[in-house]
Amino acid sequence: MSDQSSIKVLEAHQLGKQVSSPEGSLTILSAVSFDIMAGESVAVVGPSGAGKSTLLALLAGLDLPTEGHVVLNGANLSELDEDGRAILRAESVGFVFQSFHLVPSLNALENVMLPLELAGHNDARKAARKIIEKVGLQERWSHYPAQLSGGEKQRVAIARAFATEPAVLFADEPTGNLDSRTGENIMQLMFDLNRSSSTTLVLVTHDNNLAARCDRVLSLDVGKLVSDTGVAA
Amino acid sequence: MRAVVYALRSFGRELRSGEVLVLLAAVGLAVAALTAVGFLTDRIGKAVARQANEVLAADLRLRSQERVPDEWSELAAGYGLQTAETLSFPSVVYAGDESALSSIKVVSSRYPLRGAVRVSDSMFGEQRTVDNIPATGTVWADGALLARVGADVGDTLAIGDLDLTVTAVLTYRPDQSIGFASLAPSLLMNIDDIDSSGLIGEGSRVSYALLVAGDDSAVAGFNEAIVDELPDSVRIRSQEESGERAYNAADRAQRFLSLTAVISLLLSAVAVAMSARRFAHRRMDTVALMKSLGATQGFVISVALVQLVLLGVLGVLLGSVIGFAAERLLSLILVDLIQGDLPSPGLQPVILACSSAFVLLLGFALPSLLQLRNTPPLRVLRHDAMPPAPSRLLVAGLSLAAVAALLYRSVGDARMLMILIGGIIVIAVALYLVGRGMVALIGRFRSGVGVAWRYGLANVARRGRDSAVQVVAFGLGITVLLLLTLVRTDLLEGWRQTLDEDAPNHFLINVQPQEIDSVAALFAENNIESPVFTPLVRARMSTINGESVKERDYPAEDGRWFTSREHNLSWTAQMSSSNELVAGEFWAPDYTGQPLVSIEEDVALETGLGLGDELMFIVAGREVAAEITSIRKINWDSFQPNFFVVFSPGALDGMPTTYISSTRIPDDKKPMLVTLARQHPSISVIDLGAILEQVRGIIEKASLAVQAVFLFTILAGIAVLFAAVQSTIDERRFESAMLRALGARRSTVFAGVMTEFAALGTAAGVLASAGASVLAYLVATRLFELPYTFSPTLWVAGVTAGVLVVCVSGYFAARGAVNARPADVLRGSGA
Repeated sequence: MSDQSSIKVLEAHQLGKQVSSPEGSLTILSAVSFDIMAGESVAVVGPSGAGKSTLLALLAGLDLPTEGHVVLNGANLSELDEDGRAILRAESVGFVFQSFHLVPSLNALENVMLPLELAGHNDARKAARKIIEKVGLQERWSHYPAQLSGGEKQRVAIARAFATEPAVLFADEPTGNLDSRTGENIMQLMFDLNRSSSTTLVLVTHDNNLAARCDRVLSLDVGKLVSDTGVAA
Repeated sequence: MRAVVYALRSFGRELRSGEVLVLLAAVGLAVAALTAVGFLTDRIGKAVARQANEVLAADLRLRSQERVPDEWSELAAGYGLQTAETLSFPSVVYAGDESALSSIKVVSSRYPLRGAVRVSDSMFGEQRTVDNIPATGTVWADGALLARVGADVGDTLAIGDLDLTVTAVLTYRPDQSIGFASLAPSLLMNIDDIDSSGLIGEGSRVSYALLVAGDDSAVAGFNEAIVDELPDSVRIRSQEESGERAYNAADRAQRFLSLTAVISLLLSAVAVAMSARRFAHRRMDTVALMKSLGATQGFVISVALVQLVLLGVLGVLLGSVIGFAAERLLSLILVDLIQGDLPSPGLQPVILACSSAFVLLLGFALPSLLQLRNTPPLRVLRHDAMPPAPSRLLVAGLSLAAVAALLYRSVGDARMLMILIGGIIVIAVALYLVGRGMVALIGRFRSGVGVAWRYGLANVARRGRDSAVQVVAFGLGITVLLLLTLVRTDLLEGWRQTLDEDAPNHFLINVQPQEIDSVAALFAENNIESPVFTPLVRARMSTINGESVKERDYPAEDGRWFTSREHNLSWTAQMSSSNELVAGEFWAPDYTGQPLVSIEEDVALETGLGLGDELMFIVAGREVAAEITSIRKINWDSFQPNFFVVFSPGALDGMPTTYISSTRIPDDKKPMLVTLARQHPSISVIDLGAILEQVRGIIEKASLAVQAVFLFTILAGIAVLFAAVQSTIDERRFESAMLRALGARRSTVFAGVMTEFAALGTAAGVLASAGASVLAYLVATRLFELPYTFSPTLWVAGVTAGVLVVCVSGYFAARGAVNARPADVLRGSGA
């Protein structure tokens, strides 16, 4: 790990999330605390319903905790309004989703351009071209999502996530919709890019093999952080 | 700014991907319908108004007892208007030993400026339209005049100092009056013959007129310039003032065309709202993604607004082109059928369509798009995360405001606007409530039916509110379609009834009391029902409550004119069936006391006269005073002799009286008119046939236009149905795929979907039939003042239409969903 590993990129302070349900209040997360250093790769694991995706949503500022707070890149997310969190995401967050979430009306290149344009990048097209070459889709850039295979779609999604060179990359089951061989290739690509761009990676996964490739593994069960293993340095 | 750039760039991509096409189609259709309807109503409206103007043979008529000064016609020419001059006076015409009183119409070369004169080459011969006037030295004479003097085409008539040759039988002139001013049959002669005829001299009763016609704005400008300058002796009459039957029909036609345009508009609005909701829904994922990638709410909403404006511009362009093309096509057909020139349309419909398109988008698409702003970014992880529904107050407020704005622009009549909006709201709420009830009811049937039916019925019940909303949408669409069919049929029926085949087609005027028996006998000989003879006494009004009519103030200028002119009075024991009492009390049939008088509603308004006022008339030098005890409304469409002023029996006894009558003479009995004219030369026969034909012409034009416009309304209705089915298409694809994955055959899934549509269609049909009946009743009786009877066929039609329309459009709309490959759908072949 490099020098930047001493900088905290993400801090979770006593995070809790309750939602109301017909049966009364339901606790999804409770008292989850940890810090993530710049450049770390962290896997969040746990069985279905453990609260992994909820934790990811809170860390990325897609949702707000009912207790505790998240500090992302030095900013307390609970103190920002929705637009403030959006601007913060534009500057410092990238996403890779299980179901890819490409905009169907945009072609591969345009999908990659999207976050660059949102962040006000001057030459979005050129930057997007560059990154799309890195993920090996230089021949397919003009294709629409419907014309791409699952693996290709996820490559576009990864290119999109790295395009803005975010401080943190959140990945939610990135191989969940792919066959194992394609999944392996995708993960390799993601780790390579992560390494070359020194991005912090937060990866939610079911896959223990995948988790093992990360620097650190956070295990959740029934909304609680049950273990924090691996070496942080 | 970044949002604008992004919106502009991504709009192209959205268009390419076909995502916005549904909404664009809805907007385009709305604009196309509006432009076509607008152009058409504009042109037809102008044509109808022009035909109504035929009553004047001009757009504007200046009439005076003295020659209208040349400066007025020069002024008119300065406005680029066409002018023609006419003189009318009664004169005796001789043919050998025979003579008859004729109403001479002397005309200058461009007469008539509106409408056309028709002549035939022999008595009762085939008539043809002419575009010139009689040459000097010749005349065209009414058949009745020729019969009376025993002359025919080719013979010579002595008129004043001249001998003029009859070159044609005059069968129709646009300004032939159905009033009683022209008692004698017409004769048309050239103005160049008038000086040498010696007919015009001191004391001759000549009515001079300057006819003016041309561009609407020029006519208005000219009218404005002269209205204050003219001496009291000159009376201007324009189309609006003419108040003749033709104008009433034209007015109804205009209203009806507006109603049709309004209905197209409402349907388009529903289609826009539905497709906007679907458009917004389909964009939620993208918006959530963009927000997760850092887009702010302001950015999202700016993009949506810019795209909305772009959509509007594109919709207007697309719709205008289609609308214009459609209108061209329609007017080609219409011109052929109308056998007349359609005036070219103005630019106004385009402007109206453009502004309407944006009002539509703002009122009906904006709420859905505003909702997008609040899409939670969490939706990228949890697909069930939805933005809060748009405020109902906002949705209702915006759409109501939009509807009111759009309707008011088209209807221009607050009362009609209220009836329409009120009716539509009542039906929508009722449909929704009953729709919910029906959805609950349907749920109970599902246990007793097979799998396909159960699937279909369960779908209706499960979607609860959505199903009810769809019933509302379908129901509203069908209501409007039914309403249009109904009101249209009723209206045309009403018109036909006012002009039914038994309506009188001739007026007999100037019948002397001693002639009544022999005229009745002549009718009996010819097997024609003997007409009723109504007394007529000519009089002048001298005072009102003791005050001279000349010195009195009147609420309207027409009031002064009314009181100062010569009056036709009548008396009756019983009020005519074509009259309706609006104030006071009509005297008892056996009343014989002090003279009482009943006046017509509009006269009362224009003169400011009311119950209890005392009127003094001078009849042949004798004074008759009478108190106003009732005010009547007259149905002029009845073609019965009617009078503004009617006296109680006995009041006018001993005064010089003639009788008038209206009667129906079938075409094959027309030769009896020749006998009548010979036996009773002083009786004038006015042929209403030609006038009836004129009225009928207006109505035919109007109904033809309505039918053409109706096509667009149907298209708009179908668009609504498609939008409604389309709004559930994603769900349907998924369900169908799942059922088929579970082993259902395609036909089973299909039967289930059709069951669902049939159930929805039945409910919508039932509700629409009920709603349409009520609304049609209101529109027919309150707005058009026509009788309305409820018909059971409407219910059959309503339900059949509901099931058919929903099933057929449902079939085409849902076909893709049922046929989609289950594997593709379940794997989520999207992005």
